[in-house]
Amino acid sequence: MTETITKWFADFKADFILNFIDGNRWQLLLDGLASTLKITACAVLLGIAIGIVIAAIRSSHDKNQTKLRGLGGFILKIFNAVAKLYLTVIRGTPVVVQLMIMYFVIFASSNNKFLIAVLAFGINSGAYVAEIFRSGIMAVDEGQMEAGRSLGLNYFQTMIYIIIPQAFKTVLPTLANEFIVLLKETSVAGYVGMTDLTRAGDMIRGVTFSAFMPLIAVALIYLVMVIILTKLVSILERRLRNSER
Amino acid sequence: MSDNALIKVTDLHKIYGELHALDGVSTEIKKGEVVVIIGPSGSGKSTFLRSLNLLEEPSSGKIEFEGVDITDKKVDINIHRQKMGMVFQHFNLFPHMTVLRNLTLAPMKLHKISKEQAEKEAMELLQKVGLADRANAYPSQLSGGQKQRIAIVRALAMKPDVMLFDEPTSALDPEMVGEVLEVMQSLAKEGMTMVVVTHEMGFAKEAATRVIFMDEGKMVEENTPDEFFSCPKTDRCKDFLSKVLV
Repeated sequence: MTETITKWFADFKADFILNFIDGNRWQLLLDGLASTLKITACAVLLGIAIGIVIAAIRSSHDKNQTKLRGLGGFILKIFNAVAKLYLTVIRGTPVVVQLMIMYFVIFASSNNKFLIAVLAFGINSGAYVAEIFRSGIMAVDEGQMEAGRSLGLNYFQTMIYIIIPQAFKTVLPTLANEFIVLLKETSVAGYVGMTDLTRAGDMIRGVTFSAFMPLIAVALIYLVMVIILTKLVSILERRLRNSER
Repeated sequence: MSDNALIKVTDLHKIYGELHALDGVSTEIKKGEVVVIIGPSGSGKSTFLRSLNLLEEPSSGKIEFEGVDITDKKVDINIHRQKMGMVFQHFNLFPHMTVLRNLTLAPMKLHKISKEQAEKEAMELLQKVGLADRANAYPSQLSGGQKQRIAIVRALAMKPDVMLFDEPTSALDPEMVGEVLEVMQSLAKEGMTMVVVTHEMGFAKEAATRVIFMDEGKMVEENTPDEFFSCPKTDRCKDFLSKVLV
């Protein structure tokens, strides 16, 4: 009995050394992790930027439907149609397909994988963030817009100073969830030859022919990151809530 | 248009689908007047008030404010709204900002004054309504009466030429109505031009210079409060008063 346990530990140790220590393979995982984090962080920023713009267009259109007229109304209608098309296409196709179209079709002549990955994931995330923001904006009481406008603030100023900060607070948990999803979704970056965390684990597996160790390690790293992010969000949420008391 | 008419409304109509909420309303509001609008619910009095600063867009008719036709599409309404303070039934304070920030936001953004200047003026206003100690509180920490007093000074912080009150005490607990009416009364005494939609007949009697009775989108009767309450001219008005004055 003790013999089997000792043997198991010895095997485990050998396996560990083979997969992570030999040939400095841990370095590969670390580089992959860095690249995953970089792609996610940039894609999040791009996604928020796109999301705010699309949400502003969609909710302005929906809230002012009865008042739309003239050139301004016409432009808003066109923007709204474009935004809707974007949402439909992005949410109706898998992110990995979007990524491959970006890499092999739209930017076939470019070899900047990082930028293409950020664009693909950012544009994808933007669609989901837009709908999250829109629901948040629509949830803010109508009286807030009226109060802002009655003071003489214009529509844009009222949005920036009064509506969006409140909307942001309501959607924060949902938004954080979207980013956690995004972090995990970047694991398909390997499809276009990016060495992200997942791909790094897979490369180790390819060399050492042992699947357990590298894949479990990759899973654990994702898990830890998600747990940390979730924790950070709940702290932030509590802070925002306290600021109103 | 007479010289001191601050707001002149001509043949104002507002139609929502089938409903004729405002049916040809015309009146003049002079500088320094305190006009109280009363009437049964659904009579169009709130719609009329909200039309004055174009929160409701009239279907037809003309509203002149300080000599400018603000219903003209070419007019930048935001500039004129700065001169028309509004107080809402449900306060509509900005819940994510402190009381002080509620007061300073618009003056800082629109009058381009410094933060120090804006805060100084805000504190003076807060002092006037006895809430200087709540400057750093958030709206959720205040009682209904306090919220409405803050909402009044938030509008005053823009130094408006007229104040519009849309049922300012209707959402308050009875014991808090007094403190809000007090602020409004002192404002009236200072000579602020006010248009007030309310069910507070006491305020109408005490502070109004003119009472307008509205029903079914029309101004049925207007008179001084004394005349209005002692001998209403129309049957509709008599009927209404007999029900609200116990």
